[in-house]
Amino acid sequence: MISYLIRRVLYAMPIMLGVAFLCFMLVHIAPGDPLVAILPPDASVDLQKQLMELYGFNRSYPEQFFSWVWRAVHGDLGSSIATGRPVAQEVFKAVGNTFMLAALATLIGFFFGSLFGFVAGYFRNSWVDKIASFISVVGVSVPHYWLGMVLVIIFSSQLMWLPATGAGPDGSAAWIWDFEHVKYLIMPAVTMSFIPMGIIARTVRALVADILSQEFVIGLKARGLGEFGVFRHVVKNCAPTAMAVMGLQLGYLLGGSILIETVFSWPGTGFLLNQAIFQRDLPLLQGTILVLALFFVSLNLLVDILQTVFDPRIERA
Amino acid sequence: MQTVPATAAIASINPPAYKRSRGHWANVAARIVRNPLAMTAAIILLALIGIAVFAPWIMPADPFATSMFTRLKPIGTPGHLFGTDELGRDLLSRLMLGGRLSLFMGITPVLMAFVIGSGIGILAGYAGGFINTAIMRTIDVLYAFPSVLLAIALSGALGAGIVNALTSLTIVFIPQIARIAESVTTQVRRSDYVDAARASGASAFTIVRAHVLGNVLGPIFVYSTSLISVSMILASGLSFLGLGVKPPEPEWGLMLNTLRTAIYTQPWVAALPGAFIFITSISFNMLSDGLRSAMEVKQ
Repeated sequence: MISYLIRRVLYAMPIMLGVAFLCFMLVHIAPGDPLVAILPPDASVDLQKQLMELYGFNRSYPEQFFSWVWRAVHGDLGSSIATGRPVAQEVFKAVGNTFMLAALATLIGFFFGSLFGFVAGYFRNSWVDKIASFISVVGVSVPHYWLGMVLVIIFSSQLMWLPATGAGPDGSAAWIWDFEHVKYLIMPAVTMSFIPMGIIARTVRALVADILSQEFVIGLKARGLGEFGVFRHVVKNCAPTAMAVMGLQLGYLLGGSILIETVFSWPGTGFLLNQAIFQRDLPLLQGTILVLALFFVSLNLLVDILQTVFDPRIERA
Repeated sequence: MQTVPATAAIASINPPAYKRSRGHWANVAARIVRNPLAMTAAIILLALIGIAVFAPWIMPADPFATSMFTRLKPIGTPGHLFGTDELGRDLLSRLMLGGRLSLFMGITPVLMAFVIGSGIGILAGYAGGFINTAIMRTIDVLYAFPSVLLAIALSGALGAGIVNALTSLTIVFIPQIARIAESVTTQVRRSDYVDAARASGASAFTIVRAHVLGNVLGPIFVYSTSLISVSMILASGLSFLGLGVKPPEPEWGLMLNTLRTAIYTQPWVAALPGAFIFITSISFNMLSDGLRSAMEVKQ
């Protein structure tokens, strides 16, 4: 197992380097000059040259790539072309907000997803199963940005219970865990939770159905274990896989929050990406995507390691 | 004296009494027809595609004609069954014509990824060795991005536009399809019947055509149909962000974006384009689920 873990960590290294390379290439597949956003239209050739040197665009690609990686490893992601502020600072401020949203959404999704999944798996092909399965299909098929809009229409524009956009009554100055602030978190988190809910419900349903059809369950029943005792064994058997799916979903939500953050003007990484794309702020785009993608790779690695450590049934040589 | 070929002689003595059994695909079709959910989804999709194709002839009004006097009329207004948008354009006509771009942008990336991804996967699986490692490690890098993030990163860098959005989405789906194609191909390549075929002199091309494709295409096809739903949501999502179709062209995601400003004045008109994305996406999902159980392909 130890050798597997070491190999798994080593294997993640080239993947991370590849991810960094792709992020680096984003600037170079972009049409036009990356400096076009800040250069005045009548910029002199001299000024253009100066800026090229400042941002390092005049050096060869491999040179640019390795110096970019080297600085990124030391926490320097360059500075935003639009604002001039360090990209790392902007990204880490936003990542906290996105993480809060995605983590809460994953928890809500996991709770309802496993509830529906268990019920559906236990009462297979009954009407409860059909309803639960339908809900999970809706969860994976609904365009979440539209669901967000519908919730805003119902709870903000019609009922006026919840605020439509933002992350707090005083703009988005600082987050405090009180009701005034949490009110802003409810709708985006619920909207986001539909995605993991559908997927977790499907996974858990399949797991429960599979476990219930195994011989050891009949064995347990034959030895006189009650319904609840059997239920405990089922939970124990499907927990590792369900948890792994939950971990991966958290990663997907962190990376895929841009649409929901746009609908709710949530000040997270999605909002930052949106800004970077429309101001053609390529260092900011590159930096944000690099951080999110590396987070996703590390999370996958962590899930894999935890699964290997905690689930003795998985044999990995 | 002429000899009659042995088989022909036997056939003339014993004419075949059996009836040819139905083929695999006929069985799949027969099973899916009996699945009410899948059939409902198929009928809805056919209707949506039909409306989109024939939109220019059946639209009740000009979808580009703006009017400052009929802005944001509610659903059920005479002459504007689904109301009007923020520029006074007839929403029903725009939804009908918008189906063309939305469906096109949802289905095309999956089709392209199906062709390119299975090509790459079969090549990697059949070649094995160094070529396999080189291809699959590259694919792993693309796979290391959450799909929404990769789609937005690529189309964000490339800039807005239909071609750029289609390219980005195709790149997002290629690794997922290539992985399945590679693993099935590797399994088939190691099987005894492929060894036997090779021993009896079959060329690589023949083996791929006769043995690999037959085994690989089924699972990839089912998987790809489930991707169409994701692709519809993502493609409209890109337009929703302003990264896909450009105005004034009607497209459901873009319409949803421009109508966002109207959620306080005409909320249900504003939500309509999204409902169409939802109906299309859930129908593709149900059809794909039906197809999967009809083909008994385990995920």
